[in-house]
Amino acid sequence: MFRNITIGQYVPGDSVVHKLDPRIKIIITFIFIIAIFFINKLSGYLFAVFYLWLIIAISKIPFSYILKGLRPVIVILLLTVSLNIFFTPGGTILYTVGPLRITTGGLRLALFMGLRLIFLIIGTSLLTLTTSPISLTDGIEHILKPFSSIGVPAHELAMMMTIALRFIPTLIEEAEKIMKAQMARGADFESGNIVKRAKGLVPLLVPLFISAFRRADELAIAMESRCYKGGQNRTRMKQLKTQPRDYAALAVTLIIVMLIVWNRSWTW
Amino acid sequence: MPIKVENVNFIYNEGTPYATVALENITFEIQDEEFVGIIGHTGSGKSTLIQHLNGLLKPTSGKIYINGIDITDKKVNLKEIRKQVGLVFQYPEYQLFEETVFKDIAFGPTNLGLNEEEIKKRVYEAMDIVGINRELADKSPFEISGGQKRRIAIAGILAMKPKILILDEPTAGLDPKGKEEILNRIKEIHDKYKMITILVSHSMEEIARFANKIIVMNKGRIELMGTPREVFSEAEMLEKIGLGVPQITSLARELRQRGIPIPQDVLTIEEAKEHIVRYLRGTKNV
Repeated sequence: MFRNITIGQYVPGDSVVHKLDPRIKIIITFIFIIAIFFINKLSGYLFAVFYLWLIIAISKIPFSYILKGLRPVIVILLLTVSLNIFFTPGGTILYTVGPLRITTGGLRLALFMGLRLIFLIIGTSLLTLTTSPISLTDGIEHILKPFSSIGVPAHELAMMMTIALRFIPTLIEEAEKIMKAQMARGADFESGNIVKRAKGLVPLLVPLFISAFRRADELAIAMESRCYKGGQNRTRMKQLKTQPRDYAALAVTLIIVMLIVWNRSWTW
Repeated sequence: MPIKVENVNFIYNEGTPYATVALENITFEIQDEEFVGIIGHTGSGKSTLIQHLNGLLKPTSGKIYINGIDITDKKVNLKEIRKQVGLVFQYPEYQLFEETVFKDIAFGPTNLGLNEEEIKKRVYEAMDIVGINRELADKSPFEISGGQKRRIAIAGILAMKPKILILDEPTAGLDPKGKEEILNRIKEIHDKYKMITILVSHSMEEIARFANKIIVMNKGRIELMGTPREVFSEAEMLEKIGLGVPQITSLARELRQRGIPIPQDVLTIEEAKEHIVRYLRGTKNV
């Protein structure tokens, strides 16, 4: 039941996209997210589609994986779209159901919001699908470093993220194992009303929390016994170095952004 | 309650880039009252296989019959199957969750919908079988020793009164004394209740001592199957797949190679002792 979650999952590969400097990739993702909000016409999305298609094609990530990443947010997506359809004033009224009315303005906004969300999710999941958690947090640490002089604990934050990401699959595996063990004892996680189901989760959650705390303890001891001590100018095995391909990727992204901005002045 | 497994294949994450074949063409039968040992090293498919036997996993293809009922059928009542087939997972103490030992052991029987009196009877009975003092019933399962925790977890399965008992490495991570305790209890349970017992283990010694049938797994396939004598006479094959034979069998083989006439299928220390003593007496008499 947990195996279908692809958000935050890394698909190993050796494409140019995979090899990009994580700092550049994070920055590019931010630029892309901001650019999405600049789009004010449907034609503007053509550039975003082209850009994402380019990344997917180069990175060779199976398209089914990206679609799967959308599945868990479908509820949010539907909610956003329907709220926008029914509660946006403006434009001509097409249909009235009691106090709710569907207007052309509402439809337009709903379409834009929906597309925006989809592109946001695809864009960010492309980042996590092509970047290993370790290099991702490495990148975040580097980006945050300038702020450490104003008290942002960059290294600690990055370490916490690394550890959290590292343990997601472990905990999922553990949860599945415990579920199976309890099912072997006749536990039922699938039927009954909400109260019964919530109660049914106790035999899963108690052991899961206990094992999470145990793992945290063990990890802390293992780290301390190897003399780990926060961010005191630690050197690293893999130094991040920007390469020509990183600048090329940044340039392509900026060109797309300029096209999107230019698109705002189009008439269709 | 015989078990019949026919041409079972199982693929993890089918249809994704991570697809891996975990079981390949598994076929075997287990008759009533048998004590079966399954050996194989990590990743050989042992755990995957036993999870098929109570319907926790469904084979990608193939059939599994428990007492003639096809449990791969979609319409089968899995709760009923799990009542009959008790599966003790590896490190079962990690699934304890209740406030008291009593409540934890009662979890299974309660799920079966039994009445309070019956549950109470079964819980105390199960505690007796695994050798846990009844005074511990009101303690928290988190404040007792590791070996006791494991026995309580096993009692939790026994209280469901299964007809088939499957244990996945029940001695992993225990000290020698704890190991002996658990193994002897398992043997006792098997002898007393005559249920089919399936013991999954890394240890040749454990398996050689108790099982009357051994299944050797390697890379998702059954490599060897038969009585301990049949299986352990294939020492070279076992070593090739990284398993080896019990130490005592290995010693007997060495002695044979040095010209001492000991049968090569010696399985227990007692047997070996007898042969060696007989040999020593024989040479003295000459």
